[in-house]
Amino acid sequence: DFLDCQLTRTYQCRVIKTCRKMGIQTVAVHSDVDSSAVHVKMADEAVCVGPAPTGKSYLNMDAIMDAIRSTGAQAVHPGYGFLSENKEFAQRLAAEGVMFVGPDTHAIQAMGDKIQSKLIAKAAGVNTIPGFDGVVKTAEEAVKIAQDIGYPVMIKASAGGGGKGMRIAWNDEETREGFRFSSQEAASSFGDDRLLIEKFIDNPRHIEIQVLADKHGSALWLNERECSIQRRNQKVVEEAPSTFLDPATRRAMGEQAVQLAKAVQYSSAGTVEFLVDSQKNFYFLEMNTRLQVEHPITECITGLDLVQQMIRIAKGYPLQHKQEDIPINGWAIESRVYAEDPYKSFGLPSIGRLSQYQEPLNLSNVRVDSGIQEGSDISIYYDPMISKLVTYGATRAEALAKMEDALDNYVIRGVTHNIPLLREIITHPRFISGDITTNFLPEVYPSGFHGHQLATDSRRELLASAAALYIAAQLRSQRFLLSTIPQERGKWELCVELGKDRHNVEVTRSGNTYTVEVDAGRVEVSGEWNLASPLLPLTINGTHRMLQCLSREASGEITVQYLGTSFKVRVLSKLAAELDSYMPEKIPEDTSSILRSPMPGTVVAVAVKAGDTVAEGQEICVIEAMKMQNSMTAAKTAKVKSVHCKPGETVGEGDLLVELE
Amino acid sequence: MVRHSFILFFFIERIRLPLDCRWYSVSHLSVQERIDKKRKAALVGGGQKRIDAQHKRGKLTARERVELLLDPNSFVEYDMFVEHRCSDFGMEQDRNKFPGDSVVTGQGRINGRLVYVFSQDFTVFGGSLSGAHAQKICKIMDQAVMVGAPVIGLNDSGGARIQEGVESLAGYADIFLRNVTASGVVPQISLIMGPCAGGAVYSPALTDFTFMVKDTSYLFITGPDVVKSVTNEDVTQEELGGAKTHTAVSGVAHRAFENDIDALLNLRDFFNFLPLSNKDASPVIECHDPSDRLVPGLDTIVPMESTKAYDMLDIIHGIVDERDFFEIMPNYAKNIVVGFARMNGRTVGIVGNQPKVASGCLDINSSVKGARFVRFCDAFNIPIITFVDVPGFLPGTAQEYGGIIRHGAKLLFAFAEATVPKITIITRKAYGGAYDVMSSKHLRGDMNYAWPTAEVAVMGAKGAVQIIFRGKENQAEAEAEYVEKFANPFPAAVRGFVDDIIEPSTTRKRICRDLEVLASKKQVNPWKKHANIPL
Repeated sequence: DFLDCQLTRTYQCRVIKTCRKMGIQTVAVHSDVDSSAVHVKMADEAVCVGPAPTGKSYLNMDAIMDAIRSTGAQAVHPGYGFLSENKEFAQRLAAEGVMFVGPDTHAIQAMGDKIQSKLIAKAAGVNTIPGFDGVVKTAEEAVKIAQDIGYPVMIKASAGGGGKGMRIAWNDEETREGFRFSSQEAASSFGDDRLLIEKFIDNPRHIEIQVLADKHGSALWLNERECSIQRRNQKVVEEAPSTFLDPATRRAMGEQAVQLAKAVQYSSAGTVEFLVDSQKNFYFLEMNTRLQVEHPITECITGLDLVQQMIRIAKGYPLQHKQEDIPINGWAIESRVYAEDPYKSFGLPSIGRLSQYQEPLNLSNVRVDSGIQEGSDISIYYDPMISKLVTYGATRAEALAKMEDALDNYVIRGVTHNIPLLREIITHPRFISGDITTNFLPEVYPSGFHGHQLATDSRRELLASAAALYIAAQLRSQRFLLSTIPQERGKWELCVELGKDRHNVEVTRSGNTYTVEVDAGRVEVSGEWNLASPLLPLTINGTHRMLQCLSREASGEITVQYLGTSFKVRVLSKLAAELDSYMPEKIPEDTSSILRSPMPGTVVAVAVKAGDTVAEGQEICVIEAMKMQNSMTAAKTAKVKSVHCKPGETVGEGDLLVELE
Repeated sequence: MVRHSFILFFFIERIRLPLDCRWYSVSHLSVQERIDKKRKAALVGGGQKRIDAQHKRGKLTARERVELLLDPNSFVEYDMFVEHRCSDFGMEQDRNKFPGDSVVTGQGRINGRLVYVFSQDFTVFGGSLSGAHAQKICKIMDQAVMVGAPVIGLNDSGGARIQEGVESLAGYADIFLRNVTASGVVPQISLIMGPCAGGAVYSPALTDFTFMVKDTSYLFITGPDVVKSVTNEDVTQEELGGAKTHTAVSGVAHRAFENDIDALLNLRDFFNFLPLSNKDASPVIECHDPSDRLVPGLDTIVPMESTKAYDMLDIIHGIVDERDFFEIMPNYAKNIVVGFARMNGRTVGIVGNQPKVASGCLDINSSVKGARFVRFCDAFNIPIITFVDVPGFLPGTAQEYGGIIRHGAKLLFAFAEATVPKITIITRKAYGGAYDVMSSKHLRGDMNYAWPTAEVAVMGAKGAVQIIFRGKENQAEAEAEYVEKFANPFPAAVRGFVDDIIEPSTTRKRICRDLEVLASKKQVNPWKKHANIPL
């Protein structure tokens, strides 16, 4: 029995694992650059389908069809991305008599179109966002429409894009006002009278229902997943169940999701996404006809292996379970660990080689779905996801505590990652209380994410840990074999620099315990002080904390990951700190006239040439990285001195793109 | 020319002492009081004003540097009462005499281990070298060789003491001679922390390692003014002899640091890699990194396409203890990587071709860089680990005219001559003569390993086929056959030219084990006065 796993590489592993349990042999397809990836090693057979760019490999249907024929594969699991929702691919497989592990072409097609899927949903009795789009003559007519829809409503000119000129009305009076403004604007700005009045979803939450349907007309809902924490419409943290739903709402949503699945004769696993407002009104968004990235949290609380269920369904077996058999056992949280820099718009891609990589699998109730290993390259060609980190607990608090632990124990070196952001989210009071919306990140971090903000206590802990680590390293550097170890001084007087601030610390040592006087407080730090391990398990004032040592330089510079965020400190002897004031300040180069690539990627377009005059904010070039296009703009108005890149070229982070005069 | 340059960098300045230094007017004081006064005077060198000026330049004083470099309270100073003996040009006047003269010398400890230090004091006559100054340096060097401890020189000197004339020149020569006789006996390190010009540059040049401080140190034979008058070139001090020039262009300096403090702290770190003398074995320090640690990332590091580059530093960092690698000359001849690391706590010298730069080929500069490093390791009993991925020597007229033959021979000579434990890992290409050179079995490599990706051959498949099948058809087929035959580790392995083909992830484990075995290695070259390396 062959199963051709045609998946994003990170997730092929997930499918292969289940297939192994079921005794199914697997064939992994891969691109050139992935030839040594984990999934290729795990599978029983592997076929290369082309070079790195996805269009030439993972999206190359001809090559994949060839692979299927050459290996005699009987079924294809399409995974999450790439061809998973491609109806043409499903048709071609059907034509060759190869089983497609997923829904029928018909369902993919029906749900693939946003407008059509809404119409089908409405017909199937699923709540959709009510609205009106057309000419509204009078204010009273607007009020009537608004009342029909139900407050609050959003009013804006149809022609105005996005949120432009949008007004929210909570009552009749505000509706009249909104009508006045919007119709004026519509006429004057756009010359188009049409108005859009739509239900305004206040504090929207993204909650989705997992459904499972067989080829015999039965369908189940496997409870919800809350995926409200998003950035740029991509999910970051998900949990199941949701803190927000009560059993009645859950059942109502579940039943509507099942109605929709049945309406399109859905078979296999699927997800129906809803927006939920603060009054627990829910509205259909779309249906995903594939296994979603966040499926493991549903598996955790229901105990079902969704991949196994999909394969069973594809083979034509009826569903094993009844609706009343589907439990909610405990709580599961999923963090998406990305190779990206969370300090730049909540995450811009970063690439590199994973020089060190350790998943926190030493902890119980932690599941990591990844397709990489130490030494893997995170390239610009694919999604920058490193793994899905899932923790489970009997209660939400337990699952969250476990997630904190898991993030602290996760060792990733060589690429910038978003663990600082993940850890901040899951420990934020608003998240803990369940008070979240899809705007969580911009609401909580209006000026962007800046890492963990130290309080007096945590700053002390950090400084003390760094000082203790410094001394442990200093002491070790005296321990030569066959030589007398110099007598240790009783007290260390050090200066720890954090940012621009300096803190004088005094340290005394007793065995592996360091007592640190810092900022008018006393901190006791003890640990094993293994200087080779990336993990630094410490007990700080009696509390266990997992720190990570990211780097330790001879100059006293130490970078530690503490509470998820990496902090750079400099530990100096008192003498060195005193003399440091004489050191000349190095003048950093003027960056306003230099445009450097903020990340590795490919130059898609260059809009200027030497001699051009550019205005501040004007687009200079476009860099594409991990399927994202990023516009590079001028930091000041100036003449272009020289251009150092051309379209099609690959650039690294920090590479010079354009110089201004 | 040289004579001319010796006097260039003397700073003629009128010395005015602050009041508290007027010890000379109190000769009626008791001896004890005179001792105290002199000591006090010695501690402030050229006086507070000059100390302030030194600080304003972003530089520390000679004593501050020594204090930072050595363990707290470990410095034992020599010759604090030595004064210059010049009696011309008013130098004999008391106000022109400074106890200790323009250099601070002595011994102390770095992480508990003995080291001799001299630190030139720019606040006294611009750190210029008098007969007395030279004599102080010679004294500690003689003792360092006698007891077997390294010498560190902190250079900050305007040049010769012009007033002393030939006495100063003689002083330089005395130091040069000791640099040469101590070479290979104790490690000698120079840290350039200010000007160092004229003949003075030859002392650092004779030492094993020369480090510089960015923006505040210069090394040149003649300064910009003379350059202008002789060759009409316009050049700044920084361009002519700054840290960037010497670490990236000339290869004179081995590394540069941000400022005095950064340099001194890094020097402490570096010192820990070195044995104290040629009588000592390579030092072993407490190690927390398991010697049998597997490095899974190495199994995938060499790309499938043999034309694709990878970073040799990734391999080195993965294999050595705690990813701690002190690279020597990181910005010069980057197609070869050399530096110090530890394996299971023991210092080793690492040499590796760098595929990322010029495909890792050997050229003039990389050969010389590698050769000098290998010879240092051999002189001081430091085992050498060589990572080979070399497509050959760089062809071309520039290289041939520049003498790649005799320069390449240096690296060959150095590896062949070395009797320390030598472990070689062929990660990918080992082509042509460069294969022989890179610590091959034939040059007495103790353990030579090949990774499965290794290709030991006379040249790449394409070139080879073009020669063997010149003018014939089916070249593609022949190329495939050649690849099948030679682009793998077997031809070398069946002949015993590599001892084993190993999984890359086990490399660290293997090296650590071999080093234990080879720790007792004894190998002696035939007696000779000295060998004649092709200089």
